[in-house]
Order: sequence, then structure tokens, then C-alpha cells
Amino acid sequence: MSFDLGVILDALPFLAQGLGLSLLLTVLAAAGGIVLAVLLALMRLSGFRALRLVSAAYVNFFRSMPLILVIFWFFFLVPLIIGRPVGGFYSALIAFTLFEAAYYSEIVRAGIQSVSKGQVAAAYATGMRYGATMRFVVLPQAFRNMTPVLLTQAIILFQDTSLVFVVSLRDFMTASTIVARNEGRLVEMYVFAAAVYFVICFSGSMWVRRLQRKHAT
Amino acid sequence: MIEIRDLDKRYGDFHVLKRCSTSVAKGEVVVVCGPSGSGKSTLIKCVNGLEPFDSGTITVDGISVGDRRTDLPKLRARIGMVFQNFELYPHMTVTRNICLAQEKVLGRSRDEAEAKAASLLARVGLSDQAHKHPGQLSGGQQQRVAIARALAMDPIAMLFDEPTSALDPEMISEVLDVMVELAQEGMTMMVVTHEMGFARKVAGRVVFMDCGEIVEDADTASFFGSPRSPRAQAFLSKILDHV
Ligand SMILES: Nc1ncnc2c1ncn2[C@@H]1O[C@H](COP(=O)(O)OP(=O)(O)OP(=O)(O)O)[C@@H](O)[C@H]1O
Ligand SMILES: [Mg+2]
Repeated sequence: MSFDLGVILDALPFLAQGLGLSLLLTVLAAAGGIVLAVLLALMRLSGFRALRLVSAAYVNFFRSMPLILVIFWFFFLVPLIIGRPVGGFYSALIAFTLFEAAYYSEIVRAGIQSVSKGQVAAAYATGMRYGATMRFVVLPQAFRNMTPVLLTQAIILFQDTSLVFVVSLRDFMTASTIVARNEGRLVEMYVFAAAVYFVICFSGSMWVRRLQRKHAT
Repeated sequence: MIEIRDLDKRYGDFHVLKRCSTSVAKGEVVVVCGPSGSGKSTLIKCVNGLEPFDSGTITVDGISVGDRRTDLPKLRARIGMVFQNFELYPHMTVTRNICLAQEKVLGRSRDEAEAKAASLLARVGLSDQAHKHPGQLSGGQQQRVAIARALAMDPIAMLFDEPTSALDPEMISEVLDVMVELAQEGMTMMVVTHEMGFARKVAGRVVFMDCGEIVEDADTASFFGSPRSPRAQAFLSKILDHV
């Protein structure tokens, strides 16, 4: 059996669309997940027991669920709640965002705790309140410390977007599978898909490593 | 200006502050000294409510710090504080460090805040460092920025917690000079320090703490001349020999 690159070239626009969807989902879910994660982390670290419990319950719940189940779940659940279908994309986006938030929140919590208490005391001593202290003093430093870990998590998220085939979305992996089946060229397509994932994820982790080095100095 | 009455505080079983009472009058400089772990930092942090306390009262400018109805952030905005480890914000320039609370707490415009920062930096001799980050400055420079940051709020009193003890010896005087000048201008100051030269020069009174108690509270001349308690005598001879 010969290795036929022509198959890949012909399918490039279709594959590119799939890749676009994967990247879009990754970026949006990472951004939304981080925002939600900050909220969860602040709740987890707050002085109010009820907030701490809610946050802990949320995180433990999502961390005990397989992602694929969460995706399914929102695909069927969201239309029931809002009374109309939202389609695969939005339900997948919501599922990824809520799921990732659980993981990100642990990272954000560690990031916030990495900022010394003295910084908070200094901000409070000038009369700043909790909100301003978090926003201008603690979170900027926390994010600087945790950017590499957040990016690493985003790379995992990018790989996980391949699960959206269960709600009939065509991410990069799904698109590759479709081409492979239709053209009967499994080897070429799966080698190509592996190469693309590798290049993207590997350059991502190189970037993370560079950030870490820069941060260490 | 600052009145501390029967202040008591425990960390679990550990009695950090035992019925401490003292005061700082308007325009007065009071130095607090004592061995490590005697509760000096805890005492000074109670004054602006950074540390809660169990019983007793503290009032600053007539406002009760321990009262639940007191708006603590509002009170803190009027009390400057300088820390042993500077605690400048490492992600901001020197100017932004000095402007942040002016803008977010006092509601000053950016221009107003920056003008104030510039004049304070000139005063502490750091005009040329305005755009650097704290990490690029020496310890002495960082501490002078921290003083400028506190002064930017136009405080009615200043609290210092060992402002020179994290500094290399050659940088101590540049910070003390700023503090002496501040004292001579009539700032109300409560200063935890072991710099007895500073105490002699500007302090009206010296408070000596040991094991959570205020053992001695005397005007500066009599504290150095004839400390009454043996513990203060022992401490003084140790620290003065050392210098
Ligand atoms: N959060 C805390 N929990 C329990 N014990 C504490 C806490 N903070 C301080 N202490 C203890 O309280 C005592 C007094 O601490 P404090 O920092 O006020 O001493 P200090 O006089 O400022 O000492 P130093 O000269 O070392 O700064 C110390 O023995 C310390 O171990
Ligand atoms: Mg101390």
C-alpha cells in the first residue's frame, strides 16, 4: 500500500475548518474557564463557609465526571433549560468551559496563595478593600506565576476538543476521521493528524518552557 | 492620636499581647523595642486593624479600631504603614506603586496622583527611579519608595515595623534620614526599631516589650539613662554593646 499525500492536499480546506473549530473551542473555553475559575478560587479562599462549600462541591463534582459525559449532558440539558436547541457548538462550549473551570480553579487557587500575605497587608494598609486588593495587587501577580500551568492545561484542553464528535461537531480529529473513512486512507490521515497535534502541542509546551525560564530569572 | 488600652490578644494558647497600654500624642514619635517574638509587630498591626485583638481598645484620632461599625479601610487610608520587607508591588513601576491607592482609595485623578508621586520621590531622593520596577532597586531605595507610598495618602500618623532590619548596613542611614526628617516635620510616628541612635535623636518616648508585655514606657532620656526594669537593662546593654 502506497503512502498517498494527495488525499491530504485535497482535504486540506475541510481539515482546516476542523482545526479552526478545535482552536476556537480551546480559546473560548480556556478564556471562559479562567474567568469562572477566578470566581471559584476566590470563593474557595473566602472567609464565608457557604461560599467555600459551594466552590469545593463544584470542583469535586466536575473532577469526578468524565468530560465526555459532561459534553453529552449539556447537549441534552441546555435545550431543556432554555426551551430551544442551541446546537452542538454552544453546548460543547458550555460543557468545556464549566469542566475546565474546575481544573483551572485549583491552579488559580495555588496562584493566589503564592502571593505573599505581606502584599495583601500592604494593600490593606493603604486603605484598599478586598476587591481592589485582589484585582490590582494579588491577581496580577498570581497570573504571572501561574501562566505556564494555565497554558499547559490549555494544551490538554486542545487535545480534549476531539471529544466533540459525540455531539456531531467536526473538530480536527473528527474531520480527519471522516476523510480517512471516505477515501479509505486511514494510515495517511492518522499519521497526518498525529503530526498536526504534535506540532501544535509541542510548540505550545516549548512556549510554556520559555515562559518558565523567563519567569525563573 | 493613638490610644492603646489594655490590649489583649492570643493565638490559641499563646498569649502574644498581655494588657498592653500606651499612647502616641499628636506629633510625637514613640519607639517600640524588645527582643524577637515579644509581640512588637503584632502590637503595631493591631493599631491599623491588620491584626484583630481579643480585648481592650485602640483608638486612632478618636476612632475605635476594634469597633465592628468602624469602616477599617477608611481609617487605614489615613494611617501610613511601612513594613520590614518593603512590600512594594513587584509588578508595578515605582510611580504606579505610589499612585495605586491614591487613585483607588482617594479617587485622585491619574495626573494628580502622579504629580504627588513625583514630589514625594523628589523628597526621598529617588526622582530618577520613577519608572523602574522595585526589583531593580536596592533595599534602601525600595524602603524609601515604600515610605513615599505611605505618605502619598497624606496620613495623620505613620507606623513603622522594623523598617531597616532587612537592609544591608550601608543602606540603613538613607532610610533613617528620611524618617528623621519626617519626625522633625511633626509627623506622629510609632516605630518598631532597634536603631537606638534614631530613638535618641527623635523619639519622645521609648516603649520596651518583652513576652507580650509592655515592661517599660518612659521618655527617651530616662529610658536610656536609667531603665527601671532589669529586662530592659539587659536588653539595652546587649543591643548597645552590639552596635
Ligand atoms: N499567626 C500567628 N499564629 C501563631 N503565633 C504567631 C502568629 N504570628 C505571630 N505569632 C507569634 O507571636 C509572637 C510575637 O510575634 P511578633 O511578630 O509580634 O513578634 P516581634 O516582637 O515582632 O518579633 P520580631 O522582632 O522577630 O519581629 C511570636 O512568638 C510569634 O511566633
Ligand atoms: Mg516583628
